[in-house]
Amino acid sequence: MAYVAVKGGERAISNAHALLEESRRGDPSVPELLVDQVREQLSLSVDRVMAEGSCYDRDLAALAIKQSAGDVAEATFLMRAYRTTLPRFGFSKPVETAAMAVRRRISAAFKDIPGGQVLGATFDYTHRLLDFKLAAEGADPVAPAPQALEPMVHPLPTISSVFSHENLLEQEARVEGDDEPFDLTREPMSFPAGRDQRLQALARGDEGFLLSLAYSSQRGWGNTHPLCGEIRMGEVPVEFVPDELGFPIEIADITLTECIMLSGFAGSAERAPQYTRGYGLTFGHNERKTMSMAIVDRALRARELGEEIEAPCQDEEFVLYHSDNVEASGFVQHLKLPHYVDFQADLVFLRKLRAEFFDRKSAAEAITKQQMEPAE
Amino acid sequence: MTLTAQQETVDQADQPLLRVHSLSKHYGMITGCRDVSFEMRPGEVLGIVGESGSGKTTLLNCLSGRLTPSQGRVEFNASRHGLVDIYNLSEPDRRRMQREDWGFVHQNPRDGLRMRVSGGANVAESLMNLGRRHYGDMRQASLNWLNRVELDLSRIDDKPRTYSGGMQQRVQIARNLIHAPRLVFMDEPTGGLDVSVQARLLDLMRELVRDLGLAAILVTHDMAVARLMADRLMVMKSGSVVETGLTDQVLDDPQHPYTQLLVSSVLQI
Amino acid sequence: MSSQATDAARTANSNSPERYYTYGYLDEQTKRMIRRAILKAIAIPGYQVPFGSREMPVPYGWGTGGIQLTAAIIGPDDVFKCIDQGADDTTNAVSIRRFFAKVADVATTEDTAEATIIQSRHRIPEHPLKDGQIMVFQVPQPEPLRGLEPREMETRAMHAYEEYGLQYVSLYENVSAFGRIAATAGYPVMVDERYLMSPSPIPKFDNPKLHNSQALMLFGAGREKRIYAIPPHTTVRSLDFEDYPFETQKWEESCALCAADDSYLDEVVLDDQGQRMFVCSDSHYCSDRRAQGFRGPMAGHELVDIDKDADQ
Repeated sequence: MAYVAVKGGERAISNAHALLEESRRGDPSVPELLVDQVREQLSLSVDRVMAEGSCYDRDLAALAIKQSAGDVAEATFLMRAYRTTLPRFGFSKPVETAAMAVRRRISAAFKDIPGGQVLGATFDYTHRLLDFKLAAEGADPVAPAPQALEPMVHPLPTISSVFSHENLLEQEARVEGDDEPFDLTREPMSFPAGRDQRLQALARGDEGFLLSLAYSSQRGWGNTHPLCGEIRMGEVPVEFVPDELGFPIEIADITLTECIMLSGFAGSAERAPQYTRGYGLTFGHNERKTMSMAIVDRALRARELGEEIEAPCQDEEFVLYHSDNVEASGFVQHLKLPHYVDFQADLVFLRKLRAEFFDRKSAAEAITKQQMEPAE
Repeated sequence: MTLTAQQETVDQADQPLLRVHSLSKHYGMITGCRDVSFEMRPGEVLGIVGESGSGKTTLLNCLSGRLTPSQGRVEFNASRHGLVDIYNLSEPDRRRMQREDWGFVHQNPRDGLRMRVSGGANVAESLMNLGRRHYGDMRQASLNWLNRVELDLSRIDDKPRTYSGGMQQRVQIARNLIHAPRLVFMDEPTGGLDVSVQARLLDLMRELVRDLGLAAILVTHDMAVARLMADRLMVMKSGSVVETGLTDQVLDDPQHPYTQLLVSSVLQI
Repeated sequence: MSSQATDAARTANSNSPERYYTYGYLDEQTKRMIRRAILKAIAIPGYQVPFGSREMPVPYGWGTGGIQLTAAIIGPDDVFKCIDQGADDTTNAVSIRRFFAKVADVATTEDTAEATIIQSRHRIPEHPLKDGQIMVFQVPQPEPLRGLEPREMETRAMHAYEEYGLQYVSLYENVSAFGRIAATAGYPVMVDERYLMSPSPIPKFDNPKLHNSQALMLFGAGREKRIYAIPPHTTVRSLDFEDYPFETQKWEESCALCAADDSYLDEVVLDDQGQRMFVCSDSHYCSDRRAQGFRGPMAGHELVDIDKDADQ
């Protein structure tokens, strides 16, 4: 029988792309999903894709989600790949979350805090019962939510300011000299990692991974017994100082979620004990992520706070190397690529080992048989 | 005679093996060890004794290149460099010297062995670090040494985590002697073991040290171990050396009140 | 693309549809950064140079390191060959070749001798490489010691201090367990007698091709963010023992299509009754031999090239 090798790799790929398009669109009799709809009505997916994609643009994130048929990790990858092509023309000034136009702000540390507990829009107190009314089209328009009689206190005092009078919460350390934060999108990770590098990695990191690590630390794998000092979500202005002007101008308002976790006292011979802090910050509304990030940030400070490093969530290399889902997804899924050359090498080796095993076995059996035969 | 051969003879004859000068180590307000000076010749065994907190472990770490002293010098007659201040060497050079010229037997064998690798490989590694590349020869050398430390040879391919504490310590000793080091450091080498196991191991170690003409620095809180193994003793208290001299003299006729206290508190067997 | 279309694309300004991306996809600053890393790597053969790997339109693990290397060095006069497992027509090789044809306006080829840049996953072509050619390897794990020591801080120190005891111990263990050194692909090598290096997951069959080659070998790991290199005419020695010397794989069979007995053979399963045949992994080497008239027992009629028909 003759063997005919068919060359057709290029055509196969083109056809696969066409089939993917069809599959992504689904049943053509169903109206096409619009990017606007994704942006407005799947806003929490959009927020996650912006955060992990490291790029603040709601429309692009919505497009990425549509293009990837809702696969959030795939959409994140699209955002990152797009981000690579964008030129960088500068850095904003650090944002002031204390000046946030707050839409939601809570603290578990106090029953009441200056400015009050602002619940905002949250799933927290909903009963998780599937609402079948949503399945029927026309369940919207939704009745507008009631308006408050007076405006909120603005700016809303932060938990840091509440503690500052008694100095119960450590101040963030200012790093002497070096004003340039480390940038993971420009340089490879480097160990031991400074806090700026860690926080950047966590901010871009996979929510699921950080969630599990944070969970593990709460269950005893590590030292963090966190208390939620504050979560706030809302809009902050982004300011930029163009060289030509020499003074800052506002270029955007972005939605951020910030979380401060309070944890264990630390003190030394020279310093009075204070609460230590874990910090989380993301683009968009991402509470689960920010809370997890803050807990893991605190766990990773074990080294600088002189704590015993015994659990995975405290292990810098373990956490930071594996937190990026674009890297993780690429490497895990690369196993689908052909590996038959290495596999062939393995097969040759395995067959040799087996041949030797059976040779040894039959040689041993032959000897035993000989010994058992009666002498002639 | 070539110049280097000439130099070498001069080296051996006149140079000490180890010369320590005013060695001190401070941690902020706390003194690890203070103003330690001494010399050693090839073939000598020096015991450093004292209770826990006396500074003997700090001193050992400074002497063995693991802890940079705050003041003072540690000079060693290295095979590649001659008599040299070990803290003046570059880190790669110092580490290479530690691999080639020294051995370090830890109190806990887990600190001195690769637990995930066979006993035989642990011992052969010291030879591979010297550039040896013949598997058969190294395996044989490894077997010879494991035999010498009285280990069951059928266990050579097992991993140390399957060995008893005494067996692990024997492998550690073999790993640290197979490459014929000029100087061996030992930190409470029988510390974690049963009394009966300790006794056998001490006998073995003493025999090896004598047979090989090894120089060794042995840290111990156990006066009986010191008497058995060391030619000379340094007694430490609170970071300082309070008494030094030949072992028998120090133990039979202690001068310093602290030494007297130490000696008198040892059970006479 | 026709040559007219190629010219138009080359001269189009960057906002026009022909030119949405910069030449070679990466921006010029990034290419410079990568080229600096490459120069450093060439200056220290076998040493892993960290670099600011960028996110590419292709996933990490699928060749982004190789792609970034190629993108940084490729020019319109280059001739580009891309292989995966030795073959030009495996899906990922096709995908990457199309990428560069598009973003670098470059001629592509399957002919090893014609190529100036050869990007490869897991193989070195059989045809000996010449002065002026560059091999770009896709590397999943640049650190040869990673399987023995997971920590970057530890392995970095081992390379800096030239303390490779861990590697030698693992070879020793192989021999005591299997009676031989077990590595069959990604077999560790000593470069210029100084740095321990992973040659990427090429079969050990290909290791000898690294030694004293006329070509420049570049290795890129995008996800791990490392570049390393072997300049031409460098000593590359596969680790072994004097009494267990390094050996390459051998087959009893020769290629069923072209009868070659000196190339790396892939096993092709013909049915589920255990019928197999062996075929050259290097697809061009095999087709070239067949074009010269060499025939193995299973060679069929002229091969149908669906891709070629489709383009006409």
